[in-house]
Amino acid sequence: MTYTLFIILLPLISFLILGLAGKSLSHKTAGIIGTLALGVVTVLSYYAAYEYFFVIGRDAVTGAFERQVPFNFAWLPFFDQGLHFDMGILLDPISVMMLIVISTVSFMVHIYSFGYMKGERGFQRYYAYLSLFTMSMLGLVVATNIFQMYLFWELVGVSSYLLIGFYYASPAAIAASKKAFIVTRFADLFFLIGILIYGFYTGSFAFVFDTPEGLASYAQAGILLPLALTLMFIGGAGKSAMFPLHIWLPDAMEGPTPVSALIHAATMVVAGVFQVARLFPLWVTYAQDWMPVIIWVGVFTAFYAAAVACAQSDIKRVLAFSTISQIAFMMVALGVCTELQTGHEHVGSVGYMASMFHLFTHAMFKACLFLGAGCIIHAVHSNEMSAMGGLRKYLPLTHITFLISCLAISGIPFFSGFSSKDEIITACMAYNPLVGYIMTGIAAMTAFYMFRLYYGIFWGTENKELHAAHHPHETKIMTWPLVILSVITVGVGVYTTLAGFGLFDGYSFGSLISADGRDYRIHFDTGVALTSTIVAIVAIALATWIFKGERQPIADKLYATFPRLHRWAYKRFYMDEVYQFVTHRIIFGCVSKPIAWFDRHVVDGFFDFLAWGTNAASEGIKGLQSGRVQQYAMFYLVGTILLIAMLLIF
Amino acid sequence: MNFLSLFVLIPLLMLLGLWLAKGVKAVRGVMVAGSTLLLVLAVYLTFDYLAQRAAGNNAEMLYQAAFTWFEPLNISYRVGVDGISVAMLLLSAVIVFTGTFVSWKLSPNLKDYFLWFTLLSMGVFGFFISIDMFMMFMFYEIALIPMYLLIGVWGTGRKEYSAMKLTLMLMGGSAFLMLGIFGIFYGAGGNTMNILDIANHTGGAHPIDFAGQCIWFPLTFVGFGVLGALFPFHTWSPDGHASAPTAVSMLHAGVLMKLGGYGCFRIAIYLLPEAANELSWIFLILTGISVVYGAMSACVQTDLKYINAYSSVSHCGLVLFGILMLTTTSTTGAVLQMLSHGLMTALFFALIGMIYGRTHTRDVRQMAGLMQIMPFLSVCFVIAGLANLGLPGLSGFVAEMSIFVGSFQNTDTFHRVLTIMATCSIVVAAVYILRMVGRMLYGVCTDEHHLKLTDATWEERFAVICLIISIAGIGLFPSWISQLISDSVAPVIDTVKQVGPLVSTCNPFM
Repeated sequence: MTYTLFIILLPLISFLILGLAGKSLSHKTAGIIGTLALGVVTVLSYYAAYEYFFVIGRDAVTGAFERQVPFNFAWLPFFDQGLHFDMGILLDPISVMMLIVISTVSFMVHIYSFGYMKGERGFQRYYAYLSLFTMSMLGLVVATNIFQMYLFWELVGVSSYLLIGFYYASPAAIAASKKAFIVTRFADLFFLIGILIYGFYTGSFAFVFDTPEGLASYAQAGILLPLALTLMFIGGAGKSAMFPLHIWLPDAMEGPTPVSALIHAATMVVAGVFQVARLFPLWVTYAQDWMPVIIWVGVFTAFYAAAVACAQSDIKRVLAFSTISQIAFMMVALGVCTELQTGHEHVGSVGYMASMFHLFTHAMFKACLFLGAGCIIHAVHSNEMSAMGGLRKYLPLTHITFLISCLAISGIPFFSGFSSKDEIITACMAYNPLVGYIMTGIAAMTAFYMFRLYYGIFWGTENKELHAAHHPHETKIMTWPLVILSVITVGVGVYTTLAGFGLFDGYSFGSLISADGRDYRIHFDTGVALTSTIVAIVAIALATWIFKGERQPIADKLYATFPRLHRWAYKRFYMDEVYQFVTHRIIFGCVSKPIAWFDRHVVDGFFDFLAWGTNAASEGIKGLQSGRVQQYAMFYLVGTILLIAMLLIF
Repeated sequence: MNFLSLFVLIPLLMLLGLWLAKGVKAVRGVMVAGSTLLLVLAVYLTFDYLAQRAAGNNAEMLYQAAFTWFEPLNISYRVGVDGISVAMLLLSAVIVFTGTFVSWKLSPNLKDYFLWFTLLSMGVFGFFISIDMFMMFMFYEIALIPMYLLIGVWGTGRKEYSAMKLTLMLMGGSAFLMLGIFGIFYGAGGNTMNILDIANHTGGAHPIDFAGQCIWFPLTFVGFGVLGALFPFHTWSPDGHASAPTAVSMLHAGVLMKLGGYGCFRIAIYLLPEAANELSWIFLILTGISVVYGAMSACVQTDLKYINAYSSVSHCGLVLFGILMLTTTSTTGAVLQMLSHGLMTALFFALIGMIYGRTHTRDVRQMAGLMQIMPFLSVCFVIAGLANLGLPGLSGFVAEMSIFVGSFQNTDTFHRVLTIMATCSIVVAAVYILRMVGRMLYGVCTDEHHLKLTDATWEERFAVICLIISIAGIGLFPSWISQLISDSVAPVIDTVKQVGPLVSTCNPFM
């Protein structure tokens, strides 16, 4: 399967072409080069998935999908402990699934951007960055070792930086790109330290964890292995925007909307989840006591982000917080997974599958939501809900696909989000009913704020003057990706819902991806499924009651009754201000500035003082060389007398 | 005549040629011809060296040649190279080559400028090929003196002050260094100045006693450390760089500062292994401070050259830090960092010079939106910035990772804490780089004068592209160069390790 190498090389080549020669290409050619490269990558990814799952298939003995390493070489040798930094391609169920997710969404975004970015200055640059990002993200998921993952992780960070700051004339975009890079870089510091510990105590950076030697060395590491994993989790939490490292994601919405769909909703932000999943066998074997960290960080983030999402007025920010919240669902699902072995007697293993499943479904419907938001913003030239309302007449296709995705994220049966979220809640219930109930509650909040958003955009009060001025309309090339993504959402939803209720016995997501790679058929727990559906419907009904009308007396009354709560949620509980204070006041004001002052005035002052001292001393004694004979004679005389005196005394 | 001597001979001939040259074109012709020849020679040397190693030549230094220069003190002109010197020669050749193009339109007195510039390069090349302590010292001095004139005459701002400060501080370092070198010479019996003999106790050299080592180690380390921007002897760096003309900053930060790291390794560590084990902790603390302190200071600077100078303090601190960690990986990483920092900082200074030459200001607050006005320079500036903050695919990442992985091999808390402290610099680097890039290149240009500026000329483009290709080359294909360096580093580190594990009897933190 060496051809998988081209999955990474093609976007790289397209990046180089567009980056070096972009200026001399027309917009159309540049877009076609980028899109074509991605099209081929998509085909190769699907083919690789087909070959991996159905041609190579399961190992006859273990019944699991085996890891395939079609390509691997030592990129950078280290000279102690036989450590080396490898680059290669590792195919296993989750990396193959990620290949599909990334290439599909990226391809959709490439097509969509033709319409969205039409006529923008820097169109070629935009496609170059998209290629760079896709290359890095694909490299990240097929990494054969933790260091390679880190390398692409950094590249992903940089391409995200470049894309957020795409509109570099806008101060908000510059600030947001800087913030995103520095916050994630700060988290990556922990990732790096985790890697250093991991490499030193296990003697390798590879993910290999099932060889006997491996087991021995991992066990030797004692408490340091869980520590390393937790540090790496912090790195993952930074990329995946877990509280309190989430602050960069909402601001990252300053980038072009298709970029938000690709990077900040579907692919890059799930890198943290992917990393935990990748290291999951280690977590579950050696660091089970530390896994509550993942769970509670996830639970809190899910709740916090859902609460903030209820009060935002910028539609991209609502979606951003919804993304944070949904990623937290995936994290929680991994955290509550306590077994590697799958099967119906091993209920503890559901979480892993559920997390990956949700990652997949979320990528599709969230990309659809963001791209839909892009169409809306394109139509009304604003991100604010106040500029919208009643848009269902103008943007019919966007309306339908947006509604489908909203139903999916809310967890309504026959939409993909239902199946995956249901599995997550089942896994949580199995671990600890408390977590299960909390997550059900947050799922209800999700349904509520998503429909608040939906009604705010497509129903509610229409901003008539604005709409008359802009003539909102749809562009064909931008609606196609929406249709495809929502077809996937519905298709997957219908199929898995029917299969999950046992109506027919086909493959399900669990057949391909499960904690230990063995076949695992999803069957819904009727209680959980029923509860979460009812809860979601009630939440949607509530949102309809409050937000659907032209005038919204209940909403206004709520704001009036709890002004402080609304304000706090709107201001995201002042987390940004806290960061602002820490970085500007404490780090810049109390560390950097004093250090710079100290350097100039104390350290340098000392050397200037030395120079001045030498100078002053010379000034002082230069008078001795006066050239007057009488003076010299006097020195001579005094000197002689002193010498004689000294001789006499001693 | 050994072909390594060409590295000294070519600059000598260039000096002659420049002296005879009439007119700007002839001067440029001599410079281009000479520096191209040097570059070709360095590339040839690299390939030939690799081929010889592949053929199984295991001598510690290849291409050795010697003749006696001063009998009474046993000083010889003695040359030879190992992997580290090859890497450094390659670096120097690239920087001299690109420096020539960057200085293309310098005025006044282009001819005199290039004369000093060439003399400086001769000192640098001579230093890297010498394996006689005295010769090394002599070439070191040859490299330092022209700097005074180059800054004092062609510099900007407070140039006399800076030139004097830089020269005096580096000369102060030389004074320590001279004491250290003579201490080593007499400590080893006073029979040879040959580094290899002293290290291997051959040719009439006997081991230096421990007490002696503990005196000479700090002297030589500080002596070279001043040039390697060791805290607190780094303060010449911001002023010196700020005043120096572009190509001189390039050569100075790109190559001259590497003399410090190279000398620390070649003389202080190699010849005084026991003292290195015993006393490295003191300098580790100082370099650890350099790394964080330099980065933190860079965060609040407003002058572009100050930002880069402080960032150099941080990066060069990491070089010495890697060397002092005394593992093969970290020391290899340190040499890689010398290479990487040399190229990257040369690129940075070149770009800063080009931008300054157009905007006539280096204050980041007075620039904005340059991306729209000079896209080529701006994009290169972003690349330089990303190399500085250690982006994978560019050289800094490889070097930093080697240093960190290597440093982590020392298992005691003292070294671990310092390593973790040093890793923090990668975050701070992101802060100052993005702050600078964000202010200068992005946003909207409001200065009317800036709107009319032009992008890079052909010779500027050429120089910048050469440097970027070198940076990306190391960043994308690091293993050959890392192997080249480590083959020569490993024996030295093994000697140090033979003396004992990295345990110091006088370190209160262990």
